[in-house]
Amino acid sequence: MLTEIELQALWLSLRVGFWSTVVALPLALLAAWVLSRRRFSGRRLLDVVVHVPLVLPPVVVGYLLLILLGRQGPLGGLLHQWFEVTVVFTWQGAAIASAIMAFPLAVRAIRLSLDAVDRRLETAARTLGASPVRVFVTITLPLTAPGILAGAVLGFARSVGEFGATITFVSNIAGETRTLPLALFTAVQTPGTEPAAARLVIISVAIALVALLASELLAQRFARHLEGRP
Amino acid sequence: MIEATLRHRLGAFTLDLSFRSEGGVVALFGASGAGKTTVANLIAGLLRPNAGRIVVGGRELFDSERGIDVPPERRRLGYVFQENRLFPHISVRRNLTYGRRPASAADPRVTLDQVVDILGLSELLGRRPAGLSSGEKQRVAIGRALLANPRLLVMDEPLTNLDAGRRAEILGFVERLRDTFAIPILYVSHSVEEIVRLADQVVAIAEGQVIAAGSVEDVMSRRELGPILGPFDAGAVMAAHVEAHDRRFELTRLGVKAGTLTVSRIDLPVGTRLRVRVRARDVILARTMPEHISTLNVLRGTVVEVAASEGPQAEVLLDVGSPLWARVTRRSVEALGLVPGIEVHALIKAVAIDREAARYGGATLSVDDHT
Repeated sequence: MLTEIELQALWLSLRVGFWSTVVALPLALLAAWVLSRRRFSGRRLLDVVVHVPLVLPPVVVGYLLLILLGRQGPLGGLLHQWFEVTVVFTWQGAAIASAIMAFPLAVRAIRLSLDAVDRRLETAARTLGASPVRVFVTITLPLTAPGILAGAVLGFARSVGEFGATITFVSNIAGETRTLPLALFTAVQTPGTEPAAARLVIISVAIALVALLASELLAQRFARHLEGRP
Repeated sequence: MIEATLRHRLGAFTLDLSFRSEGGVVALFGASGAGKTTVANLIAGLLRPNAGRIVVGGRELFDSERGIDVPPERRRLGYVFQENRLFPHISVRRNLTYGRRPASAADPRVTLDQVVDILGLSELLGRRPAGLSSGEKQRVAIGRALLANPRLLVMDEPLTNLDAGRRAEILGFVERLRDTFAIPILYVSHSVEEIVRLADQVVAIAEGQVIAAGSVEDVMSRRELGPILGPFDAGAVMAAHVEAHDRRFELTRLGVKAGTLTVSRIDLPVGTRLRVRVRARDVILARTMPEHISTLNVLRGTVVEVAASEGPQAEVLLDVGSPLWARVTRRSVEALGLVPGIEVHALIKAVAIDREAARYGGATLSVDDHT
């Protein structure tokens, strides 16, 4: 049904989506918590920085990554020198680009949910002898779970669909960086590959729908669990 | 037990007060907006005073001069909030045990079984807070605070968000835990009823300042409390004990400093100590001992002070062995020649008692002329 190249693209996309979510989510949680709970002078600035990938053209993000993480780049050079790691033109690089693009979406979803947590419950936990860390782990985190889930799904979907930053940063290498959108782009560019393009479109739509459905179901179960309904 | 000197500014509101208590139940009494909750939060470490010193059970929790500020989780105070604040995502059992601290020899600990037993929680343990009634939730919240083995239990109007029935129920539970555990309680309330029933001492505050402090009988009978109590509730509180029951007429005789008071029957054993509240508006004054009257309670005393209040009324403070307030018209003051030193008879119309208040073997009933 699917050709090997298409299967490869699907598998690669899922891998990139998974790892970009794994990388972005904890950082997004941290950023969301800082923005929601801390009051400091640089808060506005942090808020802006977090949201920049949302409004910047993806190609610009990709280009900046290329400059920063390329072999000759200030960060990429160090990575290569110290760990012999190269991210440019690899699927790991695609995951990094996707993570950055997904980051603001995840932060927004988690922050909304953090803002909605009743702070008075956290205060009550403090009076019961819980340290701020324990309060976060036992009260804040569980009550924020639906938001974290939403952030993860949004981030994953955004990563799977990432195009501009990816193609700019890690190029379009079959089997290495050619994710679904890039494969579709390639198919569209090549005459006579309409059936392949159609199949890629169907896969992309299917992934999006499954992700949304799964998150909806999980969110419902979470909500029921949190409210203590059976 | 508690020693607090607090100075705290919150916008236009300034709190500047100092009080100390000797354990037992200390009521923090005042109208809403007087700063009661602020005091509770300052003591619990949820707010930081601009200046002051807080010592609970001999342990310094805050001292602005010496830079001591123990964070709330290390103050070892239990806090029962107005709203129950139960954690919605965990079971009642896990709510109860959330703050449980390890036992130590120096520290006789409150056990889960004890708390479940006294607060009647055994049916609720496996359930989630969302499935509980408001009264059940507040019981769990009280149990949760107790199980943290606090050195002081702070209760901030724990009955406010409950209906009358639940309120009486929880009040009974609070009495039971007061009598069972030797944990001092700081009880924040604006309800005379609750304070007269629960407290040993009262600190009355208004606009961020202490206006009276001392025993319940003393403080609640003071004139300064009038504005907080309002014209309906202003009056005197007397310590009393059950002297005898009259089965035929279904009455109970109470011994008070002033003599005896006869009230509708209370089902408490002879010797039980309780408090009687006599509202100023329920007291009638007579210069001579009246005859052929239906009123069962006539107390002799002397006028101490006459204070004209607004409008046609005046508040007359009597000494009948303990303070007693009477609210009469200014015309009557003049007609009877009520001036300090004059001897009068105070008639307290008998006496429908508040059976609810007496149910749990507790400490109060109010003398009331309307049923």
